[in-house]
Amino acid sequence: MAINWFKYSSPASFYSLAGKMIPIFVFAAVALLVAGLYVGFFVAPTDFQQGEAYRIIFIHVPAAWMSMFLYVVMAFWAGIGLAFNTRLSSMFATAIAPTGAMFTFIALWTGALWGKPMWGTWWVWDARLTSELILLFLYIGFMSLQAAIDDPRRADKAGAIIALVGVVNIPIIYFSVQWWNTLHQGASVSVNQAPSMATTMLMGMLIMVLASWMYSIVVILKRTRVIILERESHTVWVAELQKKGAV
Amino acid sequence: MGGYGLYVWGSYVVTFVCIVGEILLISNRRRTLERQYGLIHDLNKKETENETTS
Repeated sequence: MAINWFKYSSPASFYSLAGKMIPIFVFAAVALLVAGLYVGFFVAPTDFQQGEAYRIIFIHVPAAWMSMFLYVVMAFWAGIGLAFNTRLSSMFATAIAPTGAMFTFIALWTGALWGKPMWGTWWVWDARLTSELILLFLYIGFMSLQAAIDDPRRADKAGAIIALVGVVNIPIIYFSVQWWNTLHQGASVSVNQAPSMATTMLMGMLIMVLASWMYSIVVILKRTRVIILERESHTVWVAELQKKGAV
Repeated sequence: MGGYGLYVWGSYVVTFVCIVGEILLISNRRRTLERQYGLIHDLNKKETENETTS
């Protein structure tokens, strides 16, 4: 029996698959959020140096990690759409951008609110903060460029170029604290070293990372479904959905 | 929050607002689409009902 690997690359079949997946991820997102906030506020102790202000970490780090991860995923799907001329891949990239931009903004905002009491400043032009700000501009540039082009397929291709070129910024953000003299602290969590954070704090942070990931999946799947409906409005299957009142 | 309340709650509140805002924006976009489709569906219905054979 041959497996059709490309079954879900059709907007019509992906639309219904996404619809079935959403509730599962909603449940996961809410459960992880509750668990993460509980650990973050009731289990993790007060920090010796920073007091209670460090609790911003439970939003700041997940948002920053998601902002970078979502950009790579967006660039991946935009690249696939560009290379293989698949509509759904590009629709997916378009769906990811606003969520990625939101997380980038949150990372910058919470970073500023954490920096003021700890560093004495809302902002510095150090490597990490500046490259994260550039990431926000890349997301906004991607969305603006796509919005400015009328033909959706041309918009997909143009956006894909920005997405792919901008991917170089992600390792820059990640390694910035090693390569340059930065005010932003170095990595406390890495793949080849024991974490330099208290375990309860680390656990809370990791649960919140998973919660943001699940949330991103929900929101991106929902947005993809809307984009599919918008762009496939001329098709028979959408007309059928309209008639059934299921749109 | 040990005197850091403004910063900690400022972070959590803005995040909450962004998340709620994003969810509302998507729901709005979908509802607009449904309304448009509802209008198109009604227009199509009227068209076919008004068709004559001559």
